[in-house]
Amino acid sequence: MNWQWFHRLGSPKWFYEKTTPWLPWLGFSALILLTVGAVWGLGFAPADAKQGNSYRIIFIHVPASFIALAGYYIMAISGAIGLIWRMKLAYMTMKAAAPIGAVFTFVSLVTGAIWGKPTWGTWWEWDARITSMLVLFFLYLGVIALQQSFSSRDAADKTGAVLSLVGTVNIPIIYKSVDWWYSLHQPATLKIVGKSSIDASMAYPLLTMILAFYLFYAWLLLTQTRVEILDRERRSQWVKAILLKPKLQEAA
Amino acid sequence: MSGNLPAPGSALRAMFRHECALQLRNRSELYNPLLFFTSIIVFVPLGISPEAGFLKQLAPGMVWIIALLSVLLSLDRVFQADFEDGSLEQALLSGQSGYMLVLAKVLVHWLFTGLPLTLLSPVLGIMLALPAEAYGCLMLSLFFGSGALCFIGAVGAALTVSLRRGGLLLSLIIIPLYVPVLIFGSGAVSAAAIGDSYGATLAVVVAFWLAALMLAPFAALGALKINLAE
Repeated sequence: MNWQWFHRLGSPKWFYEKTTPWLPWLGFSALILLTVGAVWGLGFAPADAKQGNSYRIIFIHVPASFIALAGYYIMAISGAIGLIWRMKLAYMTMKAAAPIGAVFTFVSLVTGAIWGKPTWGTWWEWDARITSMLVLFFLYLGVIALQQSFSSRDAADKTGAVLSLVGTVNIPIIYKSVDWWYSLHQPATLKIVGKSSIDASMAYPLLTMILAFYLFYAWLLLTQTRVEILDRERRSQWVKAILLKPKLQEAA
Repeated sequence: MSGNLPAPGSALRAMFRHECALQLRNRSELYNPLLFFTSIIVFVPLGISPEAGFLKQLAPGMVWIIALLSVLLSLDRVFQADFEDGSLEQALLSGQSGYMLVLAKVLVHWLFTGLPLTLLSPVLGIMLALPAEAYGCLMLSLFFGSGALCFIGAVGAALTVSLRRGGLLLSLIIIPLYVPVLIFGSGAVSAAAIGDSYGATLAVVVAFWLAALMLAPFAALGALKINLAE
């Protein structure tokens, strides 16, 4: 297997220039899928037999929860790559992934609370999945707080990576907790293998939304990583060239 | 390792004795977490209700939460003094296993915080009207549970060791990691209090303790090295 692409990742400049043409593709496909999924799910999917229209919040709640969990892994894996291969770019991705993941976790918690009010008659219920989502939110905040408290960028990167790796120990427990104290929440409805308990007319818009959220997340992560690259490499020639080009053109 | 170095076992023993002597000479650090543990218990009846039937239900979780907080508050001292006077750096440069060093430091820390908390916990149980059946389980779960808490917390202490005011940050980053230990620790005591069997739940606490004992020193060592490199 050709590993050249991996070694090239060591150069933030190469990554920045390579991903410039990706951004509009990612952004537009995310936007289109978000629109299609939202209109389909909110407007055309049938109402639920028991929950009526209030179930429709799953089209945001479920994708946001997926990203919240996946985002933590992406952050931790980036941190691990940074620690193992001492790759600057990986730390930048890790730093970018933390606030994005925290926001998606927050969205998942808030939409869950909004869904809970008509369905269970309460905004908040100390059930397994809500609680573990809240713990995940605190894990994200811990990583962000730790990174921000170091004045040295190197120490901030490395300690953040260690903490997010330690935190991944908690993620399997989050999943397991569904089995441990399942109480009020519904059982997991979307399974990758086995019989799905959600009807196709609702599942397809949901899958569209999940895909759309993943693309949106990729776009966000890429954009934030690129901002981080520009910030950290701001003293290098190529960044100056990129940032000054529009001004030079104006002047000319 | 070079031939001049003592064997890892004797290095661990020497480190252990050294740490114990340091702890014994600094008594106030020893009493403070215990004082916190016993004084905050006053808040429970004052803030909630002094009624025995009510306290009985709260007791398992309350004793566990207060023990957890006491451990958390004592943690920022584990590596701080040695980091500041440079002896931590020297110990890690000595060529001896860093794993053993961290292990000895955290074990001694537990011996002077977690173990006294465990021994004191029945008194708190009495004050909170904990049913008689639960005392054995309370002490066993705190014995292993506080060990797990010390080792997990040592990672946070190592991560924040070079920060001037790391105490609050340390709590922030460690609290989410304490969730499983608290769930199973207080779960075992709750089960014991109503006369249920608690062996399996307690076994999970012991498993957490063993896992933390084996893995946490690696993470803490890595974090200490990052902070020393600054």
